[in-house]
Amino acid sequence: MALNETPLSRAATPSGGLDVARIRKDFPILDRVVRGQRLVYLDSANTSQKPRSVLDAIERYYEQSNANVHRGTYLIAEEATAAFEGARAKVAGFVGAGSPREVVFAKNATEALNLVAKAWGRANLRAGDPVVITELEHHANIVPWHQLVAELGIELRWIPVGPDGHLDLTDLDRLVDGARVVSFAAMSNVLGTLNPIERLVDVAHAAGAIAVIDASQYVPHVPTAVAAWGADFAAFTGHKMCGPTGIGVLWGTEEILDATPPFLTGGEMILNVTKEGFTPNELPWKFEAGTPPIAEAVGLGAAVDYLSGLGMEAVREHEVGLTGYALRSLTERFGGDLQIHGPSEPAQRGGVLSFTYRDLHPHDLTQVLDQHGVCVRAGHHCAKPLMRELGVAATARASLYVYNDEADVDALGDAIAAASDFFGF
Amino acid sequence: MPGLEDLYREIILDHYRNPRNRGELSAPPATRVEGFNPLCGDEIVLYLDIEGDVVKDIRIGGQGCSISQSSASMMSSAVKGRTVAEVRALSRAFKGMMSIHEQSLDGDGAAEDGEADGAVGGNGEAEVKLGDLEALRGVVKFPVRIKCATLSWNTLLQGLDEAS
Repeated sequence: MALNETPLSRAATPSGGLDVARIRKDFPILDRVVRGQRLVYLDSANTSQKPRSVLDAIERYYEQSNANVHRGTYLIAEEATAAFEGARAKVAGFVGAGSPREVVFAKNATEALNLVAKAWGRANLRAGDPVVITELEHHANIVPWHQLVAELGIELRWIPVGPDGHLDLTDLDRLVDGARVVSFAAMSNVLGTLNPIERLVDVAHAAGAIAVIDASQYVPHVPTAVAAWGADFAAFTGHKMCGPTGIGVLWGTEEILDATPPFLTGGEMILNVTKEGFTPNELPWKFEAGTPPIAEAVGLGAAVDYLSGLGMEAVREHEVGLTGYALRSLTERFGGDLQIHGPSEPAQRGGVLSFTYRDLHPHDLTQVLDQHGVCVRAGHHCAKPLMRELGVAATARASLYVYNDEADVDALGDAIAAASDFFGF
Repeated sequence: MPGLEDLYREIILDHYRNPRNRGELSAPPATRVEGFNPLCGDEIVLYLDIEGDVVKDIRIGGQGCSISQSSASMMSSAVKGRTVAEVRALSRAFKGMMSIHEQSLDGDGAAEDGEADGAVGGNGEAEVKLGDLEALRGVVKFPVRIKCATLSWNTLLQGLDEAS
């Protein structure tokens, strides 16, 4: 861990372009007092908090325009449809999609990745076909492929992660040789590692594979242009980017979405149904069976507006600065007692800090943090293969977002010190 | 508000720092069984040597938090040398104590009074003495940790089923 090149001061405010004090007022939950303490929320990689504008948009939709979409001929049904499709257009613009037709709403990123594996994969993969993933994937980008190993006999190959938290690409050419799919996280949910997206996409395409990106940790934090990546599919989720739970997105090129059979089937996703069969609807509705998460989409549209208002360049700048502060200040305070996993250079990572303190189990550590109002996740973070590579069963993970500041990082440090005292280290 | 001292009783920390019956038994003849807490990744490996209807020996491997490790250690001390029927009764009593519903209804109970040992396990198993295991009663005030405390007991029951 690179440490203290810069003198530390709690008054220093390397917060980039964000006015965090003003932003904090937009998030009602941050006013809560828990266990007699101010709420210090450091678990945004798990789920983010929601600004008032998102909560209001959802409430306004239900109070004023609630109706089913794509079928009513009355005013509020038209309003609901316009709000739902308007949200799709906002999301498409936010992530740099070619058109809203490329934006499929799903329940979450997990469902989106399952759509890729189960719909595209079952239609296109055969026994022995190699699928390449990485050791730092979330279970959502592992288990659907495990199922295809069992169902179809595909071969699952793993790009290893090195001790510095970056992917080890020395053997990449051999790993992708003959591959049909290369599927990887844009940013690790455990280490914060930013992976070389364009390089992996290019290598995948050169090998004749499609490129699938789990962008769940990336889209909320870094300016995103999915079309510019040149990938085939990208998945992300609404609730990590100030939106509500229950809505995620599968982005795909029109070409590959057209070539992918429907996943879930039923109402909404058809053009015609007869006793003999069905004709799927056009993109993107072909993949949206049943009544969709309408209010959730409206909420996600408001979340996109909120983040656009802040400016994603400023969001990224803020997080790089705050991550640097956290790495420096925690390392200076605890030295070798605190092991922070992942890349040491803030510019090469997101604001996700997985750490262990001496041999204190993360569950015991976060139990004490909770007594101090500090919300931090403990466990394997749905990435058990990575945890085995790191040689740990679990870590504590603090993750930063637009409403966090140096005071939150300092509160984390104070709570870690209290845990150390409590357990007698 | 429950405090940390309700959860981390001194006897729990003692078992965590000095776990009893740690190790392995050769299996077979011993029964080897694994348990997982999918929430936090805690893993336990239990070795049971059952002779006749008596738990003659028990060893514990794996890793986890202080609650899961101390609970496993205390469990091993409590069941070693007991008959399978006694172990099953003890297990019922312990899991009854870990039932959040009964605890939340009958107030704070023993943990609040600082009763640490020799207490009678309630919950309809009045004849079963929980002894040191009573120290884990405070865990129910931290619902997320209940699975940590019951992991070794659920794994034990699985092992008894497999051994019979």
